[in-house]
Order: sequence, then C-alpha cells, then structure tokens
Amino acid sequence: MEIRAEHVVKIYEDAPTPTIPDLSLTIKDGELFTLLGPSGCGKTTLLRIFAGFNTLEGGEFYFDDRPMSSVPPQKRNIGMVFQNYAIFPHLNVRENVEFGLKMRKTPADEMKRRVDEILKTCKIEEYADRLPDRLSGGQQQRIALARAIVINPGVLLMDEPLSNLDAKLRIEMRTTVRELQKQVGITTVYVTHDQEEALSISDRIAVMKLGVIQQINNPMDIYLRPYNTFVASFIGFSNLFYGTVESVEGKTVKLNDDCILTIPELVDDVVAGQRVIVSMRPNEFTYAEKGLGMRVISSTFLGQNMCYKVEFIDSEALELEDENEIDEPMNYLQRRLADNEVVHIIPMADKVNVFTEDGEQSLIKGVTRNG
Amino acid sequence: MDKARIRVKWKPDFWFWTTLAITLVLILFLVYPLITLFVRAFQSSTGEFTLANFEKFFTHAYYMRGLYNAMFIGVVVTVFSIIIGAPMAYLMAMYRFKGQRMLDILIIIALLSPPFIGAYSWILLLGRNGFISNMLKVVGIKLPSIYGIPGIIFVLILRFYPYVYIYMKGALQKIDASLIEAAESMGCGPVKKLFTVVLPLILPTILAAAIMVFMSAIGDFGTIMVLGEGAQVLSTMVYKEYINEVGGNSNFASAISLIMGIMTLVFLFAQNYVINKRSYTMNALKPIRKSNFSKGMGILAYAAVYAIIIISMIPHVTILVTSFLPVEGKMFRAGFSLASYQTVFSMLGRPIKNTFVYCFIAIVVIVIVSMLVAYASVRKPNALTHFINGVTMVPYILPGAVLGLTLLISFNRDPLVLIGTSTIIIIALIIRRLPYTLRSATAIMYQLSPSVDEAAISLGCGPVRTFFKVTARLMLPGVFSGAILSWVTILNELSASFMLYNSKTITMSVTVYQYVARTEFGTAAALASILTLTTIISLIIFYTMSGDREMSL
Ligand SMILES: Nc1ncnc2c1ncn2[C@@H]1O[C@H](COP(=O)(O)OP(=O)(O)OP(=O)(O)O)[C@@H](O)[C@H]1O
Ligand SMILES: [Mg+2]
Repeated sequence: MEIRAEHVVKIYEDAPTPTIPDLSLTIKDGELFTLLGPSGCGKTTLLRIFAGFNTLEGGEFYFDDRPMSSVPPQKRNIGMVFQNYAIFPHLNVRENVEFGLKMRKTPADEMKRRVDEILKTCKIEEYADRLPDRLSGGQQQRIALARAIVINPGVLLMDEPLSNLDAKLRIEMRTTVRELQKQVGITTVYVTHDQEEALSISDRIAVMKLGVIQQINNPMDIYLRPYNTFVASFIGFSNLFYGTVESVEGKTVKLNDDCILTIPELVDDVVAGQRVIVSMRPNEFTYAEKGLGMRVISSTFLGQNMCYKVEFIDSEALELEDENEIDEPMNYLQRRLADNEVVHIIPMADKVNVFTEDGEQSLIKGVTRNG
Repeated sequence: MDKARIRVKWKPDFWFWTTLAITLVLILFLVYPLITLFVRAFQSSTGEFTLANFEKFFTHAYYMRGLYNAMFIGVVVTVFSIIIGAPMAYLMAMYRFKGQRMLDILIIIALLSPPFIGAYSWILLLGRNGFISNMLKVVGIKLPSIYGIPGIIFVLILRFYPYVYIYMKGALQKIDASLIEAAESMGCGPVKKLFTVVLPLILPTILAAAIMVFMSAIGDFGTIMVLGEGAQVLSTMVYKEYINEVGGNSNFASAISLIMGIMTLVFLFAQNYVINKRSYTMNALKPIRKSNFSKGMGILAYAAVYAIIIISMIPHVTILVTSFLPVEGKMFRAGFSLASYQTVFSMLGRPIKNTFVYCFIAIVVIVIVSMLVAYASVRKPNALTHFINGVTMVPYILPGAVLGLTLLISFNRDPLVLIGTSTIIIIALIIRRLPYTLRSATAIMYQLSPSVDEAAISLGCGPVRTFFKVTARLMLPGVFSGAILSWVTILNELSASFMLYNSKTITMSVTVYQYVARTEFGTAAALASILTLTTIISLIIFYTMSGDREMSL
C-alpha cells in the first residue's frame, strides 16, 4: 500500500505554533520508511495521524488513493507496534496474537494456521501459552510484532519499537524487524531518533526538524549527500567551514590561502566570491604540509578509530555545540598526535559537501530535498 | 497556513452520552435534592421565605446543645483516635509484628461493622443490666454509665481510630527508606528522626484522617440513637424533627440539615486543601525495612497493640456469643440455643433478602458507573467529568441522615414519588457509597497505559468495544479494592436508609436497630452476627483474591 500525505497540518490545542505546519510525502508500496529527527520534532505526531489517534487540522493523506482522515482508527487495517509493547497483560501470547483476527471474525482453522505461522516466524512459539508478564522485553516486542503483522495490515506503524531494549538486543531485533518486513513485503513507517538504527534498516529515511521534512532519501545518499547542514550534522558528525567560491568554471572553493579545493560536483549556478559552507566528515581528509591548521585539544581511543577533538586555527570553522572532531582509522594510524600539537589537513574534495551560506541548501549537483 | 483547512468538527461520542447520562442522574438525585433542602430550610410551613427556622435553631438552648454535643464528641473522638491510631500505625509500619495480617483485618472489621453494634454490645456488657456491670455489682463496684456522652465517645473512638491507623500506615509505607537513611547518616537519632523527617512527611495524612474521623463522628447516627438516652446531636435531631413535624413538613429538619451540610462543605474544602496543597507525592522505590523490637519495647508494644485490638473486638465476640444464648422473655440464660436464629429466619426473611438484593444491585451499578466515569475522566476529560468528580465528593462526607432527608423531601410528591420504594433506597446507597469505588477506579486508570487501548483499536476493535474487552478487564483488580469498601459499607448502612425505609423496604441494619430499641437482644444479636459474618467473609475474600493489595480508603 502506498501512503501519500498532502499538506498535512497538525495543531495541538495548547501549542503556540503548529507542530506540523505543512507536510507532504509519499511512501512507496512495500518499503521500510523511517522518520528520523531530534526529540519533539513531530515524528510520533505524524505516525499517530496515520494511525488515526491524532486529528488532522489540515490537508489529507491517502492509503492507495483512498482519503483516510475520516476513517476511524479501527477501520484503517493498520498494524501498530508501540515503544512500551502494549501487550494485553490479561491474555496469553497466543490470545494476544489472535486478538486482531478475532475482531475480523477469521474462521478458527485459518486463525490457528496463521497464528502458528507467525509465532514460528517471530520465534515465540514456545511461549504461546504463557502470560506475557513473565517474558523478557525482546520476547514481548516479538509478540507485539507478531500481533501487528498477523492481521495482514496494509501498513505497519512502529514508534521507537526498540528503544526499551538493551544495546545488543536492539541490534538483534532490528535485523528481525528488517527481515520480517521484507519477507511480508508490508509498507512500514518506522519512527526512531537513533540514526544508526535508521541508516541500517531503512529503504528510505525522512529527516525531520520542527515538523518540517529536511530531506528524504536512501540511507547512503542521506549520509553522503545531505541536503542541508542540519542533516549533515544530525546524521553522523560534520565539521563545517565557511569558504568562498574562487572560480566558477574551475569549481574551486577556498577555505584559506593554503587550502583551495576543486569540487567536481559543485553546481554551475554559483558566482565567484559567493560565501558557502563546506562540510567535512571527521575522516574525510588527508594530512598535508600546508592546508587547514588545527590544534589537537584531546584524543580518545575508540577501538577502530582514534578520535581527536581539535580546534581549527587558520580557517573559519563554524561554532557547533560540539567541538570539531576528526577521526583516524587505527589501521592507518602512524602515531598518536599529542595534545596541543599543530598539524595541517586537506579535506577530500570529492567527498565534502557544499551548502549555501545559510546552510539551508546543498550546492552539489543532483542533491534535492526529495531525493 | 493558506492551504490548511482548519477542521473543528466535534461529534458527541459514546463517552459524551455516558457522562451526560450520569450527570443528569446525579443532578436529579443529588444536586436537585440538595437544592430542595436549601430552599426548604428558608421556608415557612406555608411556603414563604423566612429565617425563622434558623432563628429557632440558634435561640433554643436545646438545639444549641445538640450542636455543642456534636462538636464536643467530634473533637474528643478525633483527638483520641489520633492518640491511639497514629502510634499503632507507626509501630506496625516500622517494626516486624507477629500476626500483622490478622491484626489489619481485625482493625478493618472494627471500622466496617454495623455502626451501632459497638454501642449495643457495650450495653450488653456495661449497661444497667450488663454482664460486667452485674458481676461488678456483686463485688460492690459501680461503673460509670455507658449511656450518654462519655459512653458515646468511648464507643466512637473504638470505631474510628482505624481510619487514622489505615491512612497513616499507608502513608508510612510510601516513605522511601533512603529518606530515613539519609537522615540517619546525617546523625539523626530515632526520636529526632521521627519528629524532623517522618512526622512532617505524614502530617498531611494525619490531618486528612483527622478530618475524616471528625466528620464521621459528628455524622454518626446509630451509636447515638442507641446510647444517647436523651442526649441529642445534630444528626439524630434531623431525624426526630422530621418525625415530629406533622404532615411531613420538614422545613426545620431541613434547616438543621443545611447547617450540617455547610459544616460538611467547610470540612470538605479543608480536606481538599490539605490533600492538594500539603501532600508530597511519594512512591517508595525502596520501602522502609522493618526492624525488630528490642526486648523490653517489644513486650510493651505487643501488649498495647493487642490490648486495643482485643477491646475493639469485644463487641463482635459478645454479639456472636449472645446470639447463641437461650432467651427467656428479654433475658439471656446460660446454655446454647439456636432459637434466636430460628426467629430470624422465620420472621425476618424480608430484611435479609432486601439487604442482599439492594446491596447487590447497588454494587453492580457502582462498579459500572465508576469504571465508565474513571475512564472518561482520565482519557476524555471534559466539563461533565469534572462536574461528576466534584459533585460525588459531597456524599463522601455528607452525613447519611442529611442525604436521606434530601431524598425524602425531594421525592415525596408529584411528579416523582419514590418514597417507600426500593428504588429510592438503592439510589441512596449508590450515591452514598459510590465515591470509594470511583476513587480507586480513577487511581488504577491513571496507571494503565493508553497504548494498550490504542493497540486494541488498531487491531480493529472499536473504542467502546475496547473499553469493555480490554480496559475494563484491566481495571477490575484496582476497582476491586474500592468496591469491597463500598460493598461492606452498603451492607452496614444505617443512617440514610433509616430516613427512607418502610416495612416493605426495611434492611437488616435497620431491623437490628429496631430490635435493640425494643430490647429484644437475642434476635438483634443473631441478625447482627449474620451482618458481621457477611462483612468478615467479604473481607477475607478480598484479601485472598487480591494478594498483598492494601485496602484503599
Ligand atoms: N497531546 C499533545 N498536546 C500538545 N502538544 C503535544 C501533544 N503531543 C505532542 N505534543 C508536542 O508536539 C511536539 C512533537 O511531539 P512528538 O511526540 O510528535 O515528538 P517526537 O518527534 O515523537 O519526539 P520523541 O523523539 O521525543 O518521541 C512536541 O513539541 C510535543 O510537546
Ligand atoms: Mg515520539
């Protein structure tokens, strides 16, 4: 089932500004689509609009061209997985999974077949007759997943389903979710604020901020070609520098006198002398004799990487909440830089991203908000 | 926002209709009667506006005496209930006590037994012809009279100290052990700890319990009717004045009721103020670990606690024993006989049947209404739910006689004559005892996660169906602790039904009172034993079914 939202508006009664001012997006049939963004940006709000638990103050959304905003939630044929599992504590595992089928008056033999099948797929058949309160968080989340999927919903909605689990189980369960979703081929909207989780399981990601979609694209493009500086620094870390377009034909951007980058993917409609922002991931650089000077503030050994907190001294680095940061993979590391040591680096011109001076828009060819 | 169409569509749903219906019923049977009472209090017998009723009340020494008696009894009973109940709760919460569970049940039985049983058995023991009085007379000792104000106070203290005990024990159990440990680590000794940490934390609870005891004491009806012997208080005056006025003109009784009602309201606000403004929300993550008594203190504590509980239990044992004694005329004889029970079952089938039928209907209605209202107030709050929650606080402490009178004067003429029907008694019982269950239902509702409802809805179960299939089912265990309290108090209700009964709708507790008044103690004892036994069985069922759950008041 395809989900299409057109100019959706959400205004909570007691909120001064609309939580979602005007949101449009299309989620393709069968894809796992993730809503990602900082806390309070409206992910849950949007998901609950799809589910029917939130009213809609403007716009409309469609499941396969059928307008849904006036369909009551119990008639939307939705599977929903909650952060706190929301298992019915008075029913055993099997009865929990049967609940939705009973509502649909499924014949007993078919119900048994489908429940058995899904219990097996979710690896919970051995607990079928147990009451849920004695099961672990991961097992409860599997019940929730089985219960949502068994009804063959048109859409599966999940609101931070893994955030109550510990780190190891979270990684294991996200594979489960991913595999199950592909196996059933069900359109899924997945909410998380964990960017690693989003990158690893999604077909496409929508990055949101204050109820506005910043970018929609597949995980790799979101990471490599962010549409604006918010996305560049929310997903992974980016060092941001002010620079100036040196030559339009040469596609060169100058960060300081010793560091002029030739960026082949730069769009054509920049003008010489235009101020831009260049973003560099912590590992997208090479050491050089001359270039961007930086002083090491501290270093942290992270296993695969050595991570340095640094201060750029002869270029216009943007002040972020965090200090600037560079990473060096351990297998390339020749020696650990000492604190206060000054070294020079050159960003990798084919990897860095360039944005307008206000950081709102990418200046790399082919990068759009709705990729 | 140009593209946004603002939709403000409001459709009345199931919850709106439900709360509206409940609101209308409450307006008819609670608000309208209260207004009637108010109006009547300012009317002369011909229906003109007058202040004469109040003038009469405030200028006659007789009535002022009733007011004074009520206040005096209230204050003394409250003070002594705290003096007995508070230390007991402290000992039981802080120290390991053998037989704690049983003691708890006994204390609750003392509180919940029929309201005049204490009075009546103390008459059997210490009255003019009482067992103990007679025994002591032989040795030449004359005890002070159990009749009159001192006796009333004695009996009421034994009945109401459990309020203080239960409230305070609940609060003490909510104190986090780390608070106490923190105090100790800062060098706070046991006595200092009590006064600087524990007491301030539970002071609001003590005040709330004090108000509860005070209101119950001045609203008490049964004990004073039995032991009063001419001593009058406000609630008995309401009844007597109503009976005395010929032609059912009840304006003066209404005026007295209004005075009581206003006192009640003042205390209701005081209680709310105390609970809202002064209470600290505590939820012990780590409850206080009970310590063991040191030898000397242990003996003292056990002696004190058991003595009080044994004294509280004397009336119940007395009644049970005397119900099996043979009776000759109006005197008990030594021996064993089931004659009293034979009388009860051959002659008093009607009150027994009435009691159980009324109680059953009332408790079913109470549970259903409480669950609906609790759900609506927590999940879909609106003006109606606020109204319901506010207005049902009134019968929580309004004296039963006053509530009975309001119904009496409101439904004794056209267009709606209900007096003399079982309906009006059941309504009185429901309105009077709804608050316990409503409170516990609301409390449990706050603990249920809305996502469980939403899960059911998203699985295709409509919202109303979800309520009955899932939410209500999950509420039940919590509702149960309030419902048991409603049930037991309905079973033993006297003051409101006393105003409303007739020979067809008479209940067990009213019958017991009648037989006590006629000094047919054997029959009264048998009937009272049946009541007490039902109460005890209900409580035992509650405790076995609910595991460790505490009774919530
Ligand atoms: N029922 C409500 N009434 C009023 N405001 C609300 C309500 N629910 C959410 N909000 C507000 O709307 C904004 C978006 O909330 P939402 O729950 O959608 O955030 P979120 O992106 O899911 O955040 P998180 O990652 O913390 O779950 C927040 O500012 C929140 O305070
Ligand atoms: Mg959320």
